[in-house]
Amino acid sequence: MIRLEKRPSPSRFWTMLTPVLAVVLTMIAGGLMFAILGKPPVEAIRTIFWDPLFGEFAYYFAPQLLVKAGPLILIAIGLSLGFRAGIWNIGAEGQYIIGALVGGGVGLAVYPSDSPFLFPLMVIAGGLGGFAWAMIPALLRTAFRTNEILVSLLLVYVAENIMASMALGLMRNPDGAGFPGSRNFKDYPAAFNDELVTGVGMHWGVLAAFIAVIFAYILLQRHMLGFQIKLTGQSPRAAVFGGVRPARLVIFCLGISGMLAGLAGLFEVTGPSGQITTDFNQGYGFTAIIVAFLGRLHPVGILLAGLLMALTYIGGDAAQLNLGLPSSAIQAFQGMLLFFLLGVDILSNFRIRFRKREVV
Amino acid sequence: MKLKTILTGAALAVGLAGAAFAGSHGKTKVGFVYVGPVGDGGWTFEHDQGRKAVEAAFGDKVETSYIENVPEGPDAERVMTQMALKGADLIFTTSFGYMDATINVAKKFPNVKFEHATGYKRADNVGTYSARFYEGRAVQGLIAGRMTKSNTIGYIASFPIPEVVRGINSAYLHAKKVNPDVDFKVVWVFTWFDPAKEADAAKVLIEQGADVILQHTDSTAPLAAAAEAGNVIGFGQASDMAEYADGPRVSSIIDNWAPYYVARTKAVMDGTWTSDDTWDGIGAGMVKIGKMTDKIPADVQAEALALEASIASGEYKPFTGPIKKQDGSDWLAEGETADDGTLAGMDFYVEGLTGDIPN
Amino acid sequence: MDLSAINWLLLLASLMVASTPILLAALGELVVEKAGVLNLGVEGMMITGAICGFAIAVETQSPVMGFFAAALGGAVLSLIFGILTQVLLSNQVATGLALTLFGLGLSSLLGQGYIGIKPPLTAKLHIPYLSDIPYLGQILFRHDPLVYFSLILVLVVWLVLKFTRAGLVLRAVGENHDAAHALGFKVVRIRLAAIAFGGACAGLGGAYLSLIRVPQWTEGMTAGAGWIALAIVVFASWKPGRVILGAYLFGGVTVLQLNLQAAGLAIPVEYLSMSPYLITILVLVIMSADRSRAALNAPGCLGRSFHASS
Repeated sequence: MIRLEKRPSPSRFWTMLTPVLAVVLTMIAGGLMFAILGKPPVEAIRTIFWDPLFGEFAYYFAPQLLVKAGPLILIAIGLSLGFRAGIWNIGAEGQYIIGALVGGGVGLAVYPSDSPFLFPLMVIAGGLGGFAWAMIPALLRTAFRTNEILVSLLLVYVAENIMASMALGLMRNPDGAGFPGSRNFKDYPAAFNDELVTGVGMHWGVLAAFIAVIFAYILLQRHMLGFQIKLTGQSPRAAVFGGVRPARLVIFCLGISGMLAGLAGLFEVTGPSGQITTDFNQGYGFTAIIVAFLGRLHPVGILLAGLLMALTYIGGDAAQLNLGLPSSAIQAFQGMLLFFLLGVDILSNFRIRFRKREVV
Repeated sequence: MKLKTILTGAALAVGLAGAAFAGSHGKTKVGFVYVGPVGDGGWTFEHDQGRKAVEAAFGDKVETSYIENVPEGPDAERVMTQMALKGADLIFTTSFGYMDATINVAKKFPNVKFEHATGYKRADNVGTYSARFYEGRAVQGLIAGRMTKSNTIGYIASFPIPEVVRGINSAYLHAKKVNPDVDFKVVWVFTWFDPAKEADAAKVLIEQGADVILQHTDSTAPLAAAAEAGNVIGFGQASDMAEYADGPRVSSIIDNWAPYYVARTKAVMDGTWTSDDTWDGIGAGMVKIGKMTDKIPADVQAEALALEASIASGEYKPFTGPIKKQDGSDWLAEGETADDGTLAGMDFYVEGLTGDIPN
Repeated sequence: MDLSAINWLLLLASLMVASTPILLAALGELVVEKAGVLNLGVEGMMITGAICGFAIAVETQSPVMGFFAAALGGAVLSLIFGILTQVLLSNQVATGLALTLFGLGLSSLLGQGYIGIKPPLTAKLHIPYLSDIPYLGQILFRHDPLVYFSLILVLVVWLVLKFTRAGLVLRAVGENHDAAHALGFKVVRIRLAAIAFGGACAGLGGAYLSLIRVPQWTEGMTAGAGWIALAIVVFASWKPGRVILGAYLFGGVTVLQLNLQAAGLAIPVEYLSMSPYLITILVLVIMSADRSRAALNAPGCLGRSFHASS
């Protein structure tokens, strides 16, 4: 029979190879699904994975990959710190919304302004907004031991209501003929998060994501706090004996993830998205949770996972357009990809042994 | 192939401008960007019916494509760019929230024509179109006012935007005209589409005495709730919802985009397309009143048909004075009709409606 | 405002209907979590149940068959999660989220031919005698069978968890899987069974939406109900009886806020519609602040992977 044997430490070889294996398995299973739907499987797979990177219009789509992946990576990096310590922030979506509202609100409040300090101020406000929203579950957990999964999740719905209220009321564009939605930041240069170099997709948010990857890497590898995070995740009891103060760690992890989510929201709403509307959030906060795990909670892994996830979105749209695949098929395909990535992960942590069934 | 790649690559430098040439040969390519799934049975479903009508009308001469479930924001912009790069000649963007994205993409592709639904920003290659649903609401209001026995009419409203407010005002004015005792109860659900919430809202309104339910949300859930309650009637919204015709559905307002989509596609084919602002109603066939069922007495049917006809001919405008605003101030004097600007930005209730518009 | 416009009797009656889908889903998830597994894929299982139930009910014209199919569909989908997390030891949080994504996509694919169709009606039970009791009869005893089934199921789950050997084993597995394994219990099998039960309950909850409460099939029709169900499990501090309380409280506030709006209460709608979430948080804080009840009954091994390293 087959049995699994835990490796003393994850296999480097398999850690590198499993994602590739997962993608190949997904292509087979997904291709099968596309074939059942009556679409050419090979072409569909090529459209999703190949065309955005190397196809005819790659010069447009490759930069878009950064635009799509930027917020996912930024949020996922923050979440991964908490996840490593066993602190579950499921409500990054809410922190994303509040960050965008607070930061964007600062810009809208002083409209029109051409101060060069405005955008940095908005960035700070956005980060603080997300931080403050994440402090609600953090403080409730430290003060009353209230479950942070639940509180952070419920606060997403509260944030969505605030967002709708803002887009329809306080932040509504006074020149917008009564329609919902704020002024467009694209027409407000001092507050606009523009591409740093035209045509490469790189804006401040993407840059922030890369910085966050480096920052998280150093924190986890070289810093005492990173060690405490990892220790708490492995053994909360040992961590307390080792001098970790759990309450502080909760506040730090939720705070930093809230802040990064808030920043992502601000960069998104003042840049690619451009406007505060009744539903400008796009589920990045939830998708980022998946990205964090796909990247195995490792900063570099998250970077790659974010890009892969972005690729399936962009390629998925192309498949809809070119082959008439329904968007639900793309969703199911993404689900499969995640299943396989998570499933084959076992190979890096375990050895598979074949041996005969023992006679009992 | 190579040459095209080089050409389009060069086009990047001048803002992707030339890419559209790559596809403009033979077939006219028409793209549709949808905010919901084509299976929503309401808003997006009807736009997709319009797309199918384009295919049926021109056969081999057109090639249509669509992307559904496109969130408003950067995704929309990317999807439109994707369509334009693939050589679309005409792109319909079918949600208000696509407005700025449409304008941005249109700037990069001056040779592609864009049609944005329900917005107000236009450019040389961006036209806008919308339907005067409030004309249909007037007919609906009349039927509702005549049919109600409890004199309480429930109204499920989505978001407090001019489009929805216009509908409430129009329905109320025409219900009031035929039944001075009528009272409207409005519930805001803050969603276009959430069957469970819509069902709850309908049930609540029925429990509070409403025997006519009007809805400005897209699912059939309120009709199902009305069917369950028994002596309650309702109307199809966006689609005909004829599957409830043997039950509570007595009529409907149908979004009929097909004639417009066919006409605009034809204009692109003929090279006669120009940017304009279309706001059509019952007259042009963009808004249709679904078949009335026998539940409506013959005289009321006749009255409703007469109203529909007078709106269609342009002889009667649903917002004709004297009308006061909710706070009692004058809005339209005797015989005065509302101008399109005021209608487009309507953010107030007319006199007699209770409650506030949330903001 | 005219509060007398609100018919409180009908409000209580419709509260029971509005709460049943989340009650069923939350109950299933409670059993899963009691076994030490955190499945965040409730939303995906619910919507899959909704379409499986709807499709089969339409094809067979039998709502009963529909509900069976829904339970089966939810259970089968949940076993993807089960195999990944229990056999292949993948992370439960991420796998659960992936399950939701997959379930939403799959259900839309399956449901393509079922849009705009009316399902066969599920008859209401008018329980003899009881339904004629003034007031109470109207509130409690004139519902469809699933409402009662969900309540009975809560009772059964409570009894099984508390008084039977099976329940004891399940709790032991959730509390400390290593100890349970040492005692010779098949941890993985027990957890797979719990996961399948949770999937079946979520499927039933979804089908309740598509076959009774709404009733129709539309893509994405669960609209977040699965997440609420998850919240209610924690809210109930893993006690079956309190799941009823949580679900009815949430359903009640949802229905009440619509009632208040229709009655013309001058509170901005946005605040009213966020109230169910705020009230849930508030109650949760109050309950978790009470140290005697605290430790919150959370199963010791919740969310942790088990591998028998012998």
